[in-house]
Amino acid sequence: MSALVEIRDLWIEGRSDEVWSPIINGASLTLNKGEVLGLIGESGAGKSTLGLAAMGFTRDGVRISKGSVMFDGIDLIAASAAKKRDLLGKRIAYVAQSAAASFNPAHKLIDQHTEGPVQHGVMSRAESMKDGIELYRRLRLPNPDQIGFRYPHQVSGGQLQRAMTAMAMSCRPDLIIFDEPTTALDVTTQIEVLASIRDIVEQFDTAAIYITHDLAVVAQMADRIKVLLKGDEVEEADTRTMLAHPKEEYTKSLWAVRAFERPQKPAVHTSATPVVSVQNVSAAYGKIPVLHNVSFDIHEGRTVAVVGESGSGKSTTARCITGLLPPTHGVIEFDGKALPANYKSRSKDQLRQAQMIYQMADTALNPRTTIGDIIGRPVQFYMGLTGKQKRRRVEELLDEIELPAAQYIDRLPSELSGGQKQRIGIARALAAEPKFIICDEVTSALDQLVAEGILKLLARLQDDLKLSYMFITHDLATVKAIADEVVVMKDGEVVEQGPKQDMFVPPHHPYTDLLLSSVPEMDPDWLTNLLNERGVDNIGDAAVDKMS
Amino acid sequence: MSTLPTLALILLGIAAGGWVLRFAGQKATGNAPTFRDMPFAVAFGYVLGASLVVFSVWYFFQPTITDAGVPNAGVVFFRWAVQFFLLSAVAAYLFRALGRMIGTRGSKKLFRQMPLTASFGLLIVILYALTAIFAAWLAPYGQEAVFAKVNVLPGGNPATGGDPLHPLGTDQIGRDLLSRLIYGAQNTVGIAFITTCLAFFLGGTLGFLAATLQGWLDQILSRAVDVLMAIPSLIFALLLMTIASAWAGSERWLLTVYMILIIAVIDSTRVFRLARAVGLNIVVMDYIEAAKLRGEGLGYLIFKEILPNATAPLLAEFGLRFCFVFLTIASLSFLGVGIQPPLADWGTMVRDSAQFINFAAFSPLTAALPLLAAGAIALLTVGVNFVVDWMLHRSSGLKE
Repeated sequence: MSALVEIRDLWIEGRSDEVWSPIINGASLTLNKGEVLGLIGESGAGKSTLGLAAMGFTRDGVRISKGSVMFDGIDLIAASAAKKRDLLGKRIAYVAQSAAASFNPAHKLIDQHTEGPVQHGVMSRAESMKDGIELYRRLRLPNPDQIGFRYPHQVSGGQLQRAMTAMAMSCRPDLIIFDEPTTALDVTTQIEVLASIRDIVEQFDTAAIYITHDLAVVAQMADRIKVLLKGDEVEEADTRTMLAHPKEEYTKSLWAVRAFERPQKPAVHTSATPVVSVQNVSAAYGKIPVLHNVSFDIHEGRTVAVVGESGSGKSTTARCITGLLPPTHGVIEFDGKALPANYKSRSKDQLRQAQMIYQMADTALNPRTTIGDIIGRPVQFYMGLTGKQKRRRVEELLDEIELPAAQYIDRLPSELSGGQKQRIGIARALAAEPKFIICDEVTSALDQLVAEGILKLLARLQDDLKLSYMFITHDLATVKAIADEVVVMKDGEVVEQGPKQDMFVPPHHPYTDLLLSSVPEMDPDWLTNLLNERGVDNIGDAAVDKMS
Repeated sequence: MSTLPTLALILLGIAAGGWVLRFAGQKATGNAPTFRDMPFAVAFGYVLGASLVVFSVWYFFQPTITDAGVPNAGVVFFRWAVQFFLLSAVAAYLFRALGRMIGTRGSKKLFRQMPLTASFGLLIVILYALTAIFAAWLAPYGQEAVFAKVNVLPGGNPATGGDPLHPLGTDQIGRDLLSRLIYGAQNTVGIAFITTCLAFFLGGTLGFLAATLQGWLDQILSRAVDVLMAIPSLIFALLLMTIASAWAGSERWLLTVYMILIIAVIDSTRVFRLARAVGLNIVVMDYIEAAKLRGEGLGYLIFKEILPNATAPLLAEFGLRFCFVFLTIASLSFLGVGIQPPLADWGTMVRDSAQFINFAAFSPLTAALPLLAAGAIALLTVGVNFVVDWMLHRSSGLKE
């Protein structure tokens, strides 16, 4: 059987600062009909660029300098624009990472769905509409007859992602490129999207390139896996072979990331005063209540992980603790003393003691301020250090977060990588010499290896400085790695809380169970087994809905 | 032949030319991607552009005087425009080359990355600034000096009605136009600059304040601004100037102060809107939240956290706003309530000689009189915009 896609020795360059620099260095790839290839790598590995190149497409400022891309005997690099227009959408389709940003908000789903088939003359509008509803049904979208007549903002993220997959399927293409389709979704929703994508690709015998940075996800989806690192191919093998016996060091290091786990610390003496105590806190945005009676304690030198899906009230709890959202009911105690509800009425010292690290380092650091000034400001503001003393302290702090001071102190945030920016966020929090730090999804925007580095850094700082953390996350692997105690939240309520070791051992609350079992594992049969065990109706949104 | 069918015929010819160009290109290059994937509109554009260039060159070399002995005004003005354009391009190129050779390392790097438009704009701005500052030394006569020779034409050639002592001629009451143009730079540009700065100080501060504090202060300020913006600005300014001229009485300089205040307040409403909108986008950032939670005061938030991130849009607005203020002052002066005589001002100069434009067809030199002051206004507007575009491009990292 001849290959559907054949990429030979492909070199791709990108233009930045007036120079062409390499993005892909001589990649080769073969994809047979009906086969799913997983492309994995960290950000900047060139996996999206390679995926798009398989469509004969390059982004602006990017060019193919050498090599060939053959699709079913057609040379896509030499093909005319008209020829490519005919192929794209009809025989090759693309599913983007953010469905919410990729749908046109001004048109109904079904109208966008029918556009491709009608344009390519595959079906009439009426036929395509009927077919779209059938596809929605196969993708197990709720209410398939009507959902197409909604606007993109009226359906949930997971449903939108499936609607986009249906749209890609509308012309029954031979090849679909999935570019991180589930990265922006919650675990419980992700599962459902994964299951539907896998089913439909199998049903229509479509070949697919599945791009992701999540190994566990790719293990479920792909027949073969290809690992990329900075534009170079590291290795390629069958999914099972790759998972069982990775050859290269880099691949092994990717596999090992999930092994990082801190030993559980001994339980705290019950009479000890907690550093932070959240007592019966309820809060509301305007008249809409979002938190109900939330209580938990955080002790010195301990990490409490607050887990839940988006909208469960994790970040709102953090806003209550920092005083940005005064609770309607309940108190926050710090070292046994009640804190004023609004941050404006807290003293400078109370503000200093509780610091925050943000999810998006990009928006958390002022882009017009140098690293030295970002970290130096709290040093000056709280400690009153100026001039040389201030600079020395900033250098100490940069040492603390393992960045060479001389090299970084005068840089702007834009000249740093994502992981480095997050480290600067940590240094800014440390500069206040706090007792307690809120970490709001600090690793969720980072690559796995980088995230592991940040977690290890936080763990070390905790041991050195006796810090207490409140760790907000939706990623249970992170919880496993760093938490001492876990608080599970759902719809603004605490569903379950306790030490970590109890949390990962049954019996637990059904919602915790759902969360735990929804985390993809590195076993290629995990999804199949889970579906067999629970049935398709007991995963994802449906299962969450049943719980409430 | 009437105009419309001719035009249609020309466009049809160009369309055919575009098709031929693409076809010939495909054949000549063996179907290279440039020609193969070229949309028809692009080919049409190439042929249209080429036709215009050919027409311009042909028109440029037409005789300036027709066989009947009447000056061919169209050709004369076209030649002036082209010559001025080429001269500007050369001046801008030389200025950039100079900047690349002398100066510090930083400034050399700046000039290396500078597009030609920006270097032209910068040159214009520097020349205007120098003229404004050294007006008293540069001008051959005082701005109020009256000579016995009225309506001398520009050019300095006695054969065409000029006078070597007055290279740009004199106005109806015999004042030297070159001197008045130079002093006009001082008056018009200087006052416009002060007014714009004032408008930005007012609008910017209040806008950021409204964005940061929000609540009732924002409501009061925004609604007040809405009310001011609801009145057409030029008519509003005229109305206020009429009142102000009654207050000022015989104190002419007081009227100028009133004008600065009135235009600053009216224009600050636009700045307020922009500063508030930009500010609102910045206050929701996490670094603002971090600063608030640190316990920082309002001053630090506005000047250290918000302002540095708002400079790019504000700078762009400054350039535009400066031009608008400048044009408003010129308009007010043109209408007679702006900068008061005997102070030289470009708007007034255009008004005084406006009727000469009617002579364009018979005597291009006479028609050039109002064009001198109007051109001075236009040139600065263009120059400032070029510089602002470039600064915006640099500071925001926008790609074209």
